[in-house]
Amino acid sequence: MLNHLRALDLTDDKGFLCGKILADMGVNVIKIEKPGGDTSRNIGGYWGCAADPEKSLYWFAYNSNKKGITLDIEKPKGRELFKKLVDTADFVIESFAPGYLDKLGIGYSTFSKNNKKLIWASITPFGTEEPYRDYKDSDIVVMGMSGTLYQTGETDGPPVHISMPQACLHAGADAALGCMVAYYHRENTGEGQLVDVSMQQSAAWFQANAMPTYELNGSILKRAGSFRAGMSTQVAQRQVWPCKDGYVFFNVIGGRTGAKTLSSLVAWMDEEKMATDFLLNMEWDTFDMFTVNQEVMDKISGPVGEFFRKHTRKELLKGAVPRGVSIGPLSSMQDLLEDECLNARDYWTKINHPELGTSITYPRTYVRSTEMDFSTRFRAPLIGEHNGEVYREMGLSGEDLQALKNEGII
Amino acid sequence: MKKREGVFSGLKILSFSWAVVGPLTMKFFADHGATVIRIETSHRPCTMRSSAPYKDNQPGLNRGGYFTYYNGNILSFAINMNHPKAAGVTRKLVEWCDVFMENYTPGVIEKWGLDYKSLKKIKSDIIMLRQSGYGSWGPYKNLPAFGMVLVPIAGLPNLIGWPGKEPLPVGVSAYTDCISPRFASAALIAALDHRNKTGKGQLIDVSQFEAAISFILPGLLEYVATGEEPERIGNSSPYAAPHGVYPCRGDDRWCAIAVTTEEEWQIFCREIGRPELIKDPRFNSLANRKKNEEELNRLVSEWTIKQTPEDVMTRLQKVGAAAGVVQNAADTYKDPQLRQRNIYWPMQHAEMGEFTHLGESFMLSKTPAQAYSPSPLLGEHTEQVCTEMLGMSDEEFVSLMQEGLFE
Repeated sequence: MLNHLRALDLTDDKGFLCGKILADMGVNVIKIEKPGGDTSRNIGGYWGCAADPEKSLYWFAYNSNKKGITLDIEKPKGRELFKKLVDTADFVIESFAPGYLDKLGIGYSTFSKNNKKLIWASITPFGTEEPYRDYKDSDIVVMGMSGTLYQTGETDGPPVHISMPQACLHAGADAALGCMVAYYHRENTGEGQLVDVSMQQSAAWFQANAMPTYELNGSILKRAGSFRAGMSTQVAQRQVWPCKDGYVFFNVIGGRTGAKTLSSLVAWMDEEKMATDFLLNMEWDTFDMFTVNQEVMDKISGPVGEFFRKHTRKELLKGAVPRGVSIGPLSSMQDLLEDECLNARDYWTKINHPELGTSITYPRTYVRSTEMDFSTRFRAPLIGEHNGEVYREMGLSGEDLQALKNEGII
Repeated sequence: MKKREGVFSGLKILSFSWAVVGPLTMKFFADHGATVIRIETSHRPCTMRSSAPYKDNQPGLNRGGYFTYYNGNILSFAINMNHPKAAGVTRKLVEWCDVFMENYTPGVIEKWGLDYKSLKKIKSDIIMLRQSGYGSWGPYKNLPAFGMVLVPIAGLPNLIGWPGKEPLPVGVSAYTDCISPRFASAALIAALDHRNKTGKGQLIDVSQFEAAISFILPGLLEYVATGEEPERIGNSSPYAAPHGVYPCRGDDRWCAIAVTTEEEWQIFCREIGRPELIKDPRFNSLANRKKNEEELNRLVSEWTIKQTPEDVMTRLQKVGAAAGVVQNAADTYKDPQLRQRNIYWPMQHAEMGEFTHLGESFMLSKTPAQAYSPSPLLGEHTEQVCTEMLGMSDEEFVSLMQEGLFE
């Protein structure tokens, strides 16, 4: 585990996930907020509904396992304290606008001259290059620029986004991974470096097969609504199917993956007397999406769609598991909390929030290891919760802290 | 072939990979110099090798763009795992490697005797990374999964679409494919560090399903807090208006706009030539703009439709409002920002010719990721690996090849 390391996390919601991943791996992550709290604490919803920066669920989600202090780095005394803190840190993670910290004289270049070991992750909307360096961001704007938003939505309607911010998560995860690559290098050579992350780039990194399709065919993958674009030139491939109490996602595909699922699904339909002779006589091992025509697709889709409509989400999942049928009933949040597999794997955990007089359900971990523990251990910090602990360790007295508080620095 | 240098030079990874999750995980290490051998077979080629689009529209295992784009920098080793002599060679490969990664449906690796316990017997400090759809143990372990079904099982489409209408898939359909590799790779580096310090290997188990839930976590906590399931809200946001995707001049051209603060609202109104809207009682606060959002969106569209999305973006950004072209594949392919940041690596491929491979997703100032070698032909490096890395004599290699082992 990495509990001998310290990270200073100055990010807002553009970069929360970076520090969160490092903290889950054991790094002592200290969130640094301006006095009064980070503005991203104003992202709702809130525990108990009423807006309160100490109860933002968005803040809770991505800041657990971190400690928190306040510090005004725009004030000279605050900057001096920040410099001292950087001396104690292995990583600095920040998501300020390009050039902001340099203007304050506390950017990466200030520290890298003397502190050769420092690893510094910078998360910006578009990177530090022109032309987009100073462009303003918002998730929908960055996802638009990444090429991924264009592909989602009805064919004849506007592109539609995922209503929960995503670009910051791609970027945050990339920043954590970049920090780890840099750390591995530092362990070998003693040399730190800058991890430069652009939200646009991180989100654009996975555009499925849009790039190869454009380069090879000169064609642009369009939105396909409930269908899937790009797998076959001749037929429409439905993805979203109504079932008895919601929706189930399923793709008719060829190859090894498709053959297993399709033959098992047809056998399952046959058990319930819903398989047609056409389906029972299909050679799934040689079924190929590249050559299939619409008539064949319709003969598959008709009875399969009818089968789905006769069953609930839970019945479909329950039936799919023993038969190895790869389908995806659309889970509600409640389905996730009750999911048999997640619960059997002890995925959920309760984290205590003493101020709220309750504990809240969180995912326990997304990585399991025989040697390391990546669990969520404690809730996100309150505003300035660890000021005493962190600043005292730097040699500041109770009076010093009071004075800094009076000056509005912490 | 270009010499592999960089942070992971000397690191040896053996990868039994499938589809996209495997290659994206290998990629972080291969791009920084690790030697990654991917096990393949012509009897059951990776599903991506038989996915369109193909070079010149001619199908072929080495002509698929989807596969080629994601498999740069790795070596391909062809072996028929069901051949009686496969076990001897895989044993040598396991002895050779530091890391064994796989993302098959659990059961496949066990069938070949390559479970963690067996690997450990061959190499005591081996690190094994497993990354299946639902994890290597648990009630769904044998359920085959891929991104298109994990996206809904993780609940994402509840957040995509218009109020009262069908949920929609994510356009880049196997969206979860790019989530778990990032978590898994960060954990794998921690595991390598742990091994270097303690001499101990380990088993890491990542479930793509579990990793994907991290990307909708605030919604989940909201459900825990309120008992209310999220509703589909199209492109609107509770915190900004105008907020959405607006039609522009041209065929299927759109610009995303987000006006969050009152200051931005004022800037926005002046730039679109409608300063009177600033104090218009229908729009003079976020609450009022949300209340009259349909009318507001109509007014914004009236302005955007007359211009190209590039003009809308440039004009609004110039005055400090968030706006961005909803770029299609042609736009991102040419995007000057992405190009400068090395997201695309053109490489010369034996059957594809010059072809763009996926490059890096983040930049390191002192140890940049590098393009070393194009996506391999199926089995391209089998002989090289056998004779140079596993110490096999030429005679031994040829004899095994003639027995049909390397297919």
